[in-house]
Amino acid sequence: MGRRTPLYAEHLRAGAKMVDFGGWDMPLHYGSQLAEHHQVRRSAGLFDVSHMRTVEIKGAQARPFLRHLLANDVNKLKMAGKALYGCLLNEEGGVRDDLITYFLAEDWFRIVVNAGPGEQDIAWFCQHAQAFGVDVIPRPELAMLAVQGPEAFRRAETVLGARTLQTLTALKPFQAVFAGDLFLARTGYTGEDGFEVIAPADQAVSLWQGFVAAGITPAGLGARDTLRLEAGMNLYGHDMDTMVTPWESGLGWTVALSEGRDFIGRAALERQLAAGLARKLTGLLLLGPGVLRSGQRLYSVHGEGVLTSGSFSPTLERGIALARVPSAAATGEECDVEMRPGRTARARIVAVPFVRNGRILVDL
Amino acid sequence: MNNVPANLRYTKSHEWVRDDHGVLTVGITDHAQDLMGDMVFVDLPKVGDALTAGKECAVVESVKAASDVYAPLDGTVTEINGDLGAKPEAINSDPYGAGWLFKFKPASAVAAAGLLDATAYENLLAAEG
Repeated sequence: MGRRTPLYAEHLRAGAKMVDFGGWDMPLHYGSQLAEHHQVRRSAGLFDVSHMRTVEIKGAQARPFLRHLLANDVNKLKMAGKALYGCLLNEEGGVRDDLITYFLAEDWFRIVVNAGPGEQDIAWFCQHAQAFGVDVIPRPELAMLAVQGPEAFRRAETVLGARTLQTLTALKPFQAVFAGDLFLARTGYTGEDGFEVIAPADQAVSLWQGFVAAGITPAGLGARDTLRLEAGMNLYGHDMDTMVTPWESGLGWTVALSEGRDFIGRAALERQLAAGLARKLTGLLLLGPGVLRSGQRLYSVHGEGVLTSGSFSPTLERGIALARVPSAAATGEECDVEMRPGRTARARIVAVPFVRNGRILVDL
Repeated sequence: MNNVPANLRYTKSHEWVRDDHGVLTVGITDHAQDLMGDMVFVDLPKVGDALTAGKECAVVESVKAASDVYAPLDGTVTEINGDLGAKPEAINSDPYGAGWLFKFKPASAVAAAGLLDATAYENLLAAEG
């Protein structure tokens, strides 16, 4: 039996098919993954993301500590509530995790990490905390819900109240604010507008039931995966892990080589950059019928590659993927994907995202 | 609990078979579609294809996974369900009806009697837990 979020009973009540995800019993879908996907693109969907771990860093040296540990530079965070996406690297530049850091006060940062690597992240933070004299404070008593879709804000009004909603809609993307016990952030993993709520676990059920009553229907990890893939967002453990660097994972934009900042993994990243990058991560669109799958190999004129995430895009009604390919492979070029032993299909290399805010952004 | 109609025959690999005067219709069971989730693509045999019992002859793909469909018996394909190209979700909503995959004429007229009956298939599902 895996770990359970405070919403476990709600999932069962809603008829969820439960699966293991990073050691947690999580809902895969509540009947139809495709319907849940479309619900988020067209209206609004509700996700339990309480398996993601909230950790806080407290102390006068919190900022220097995070500038040393993260490949992105928290000095970009100047206004309280602002959030930053980035990677936690090992000395070799491999990606230990990807995470979001919220700047709450000069001596207080909140970080949301993935379920799978979460415990190791916390151990890694603790290992380096002493040198900076900061406290690493896991917050397992907090639950997290994501409300995503074009109608997320409008439908949430009855749950949050008009004033809180006004505060929430005033936020810019990647900005967060406390509203009483609730921490509201305009973030997500779907490519749609929406928000995430971090709340005390004992409020999770009433929030969940309120959102459901407001017509924000539950969506499972299955829809979450196709939504994030269409949005061109990486999934840790699939599209990147400790064996690859951000350069090779489409995450170069999250690496800040700010002058004089010595972060863990920097030397390795600079060496790799100087030596030239052999591989990169890109989007892939299947030209005929079928479904792309993680692990399939592709063959281009520049050499071989491998699909790191693949699925059927409900919005495009086509097979789509993220793939690690030779650096020379260019957007618009076609390649062959080995769908199953002895059977290949044509696919085109495309820039991600495939879909953003309900609109298809690739040529079909 | 998954639906296992009493009037059908079954395979251990979760296909169902219906005998209509010597022509056999094949699909995947309610249990199989439930495990796979939303269907998005099917790759069916062609009319006239020879089937070998136990050999893969079709592929059904859900958002989650691809799965081979195995020929229940030796025979020859006589008809395929062309509607599934546009509506693969029929396998989910009506696995024993509109979600049928193909029809075939078995090499032996009595061979279907050797497949699992509903009780035996229910026991198999119970054993798989």
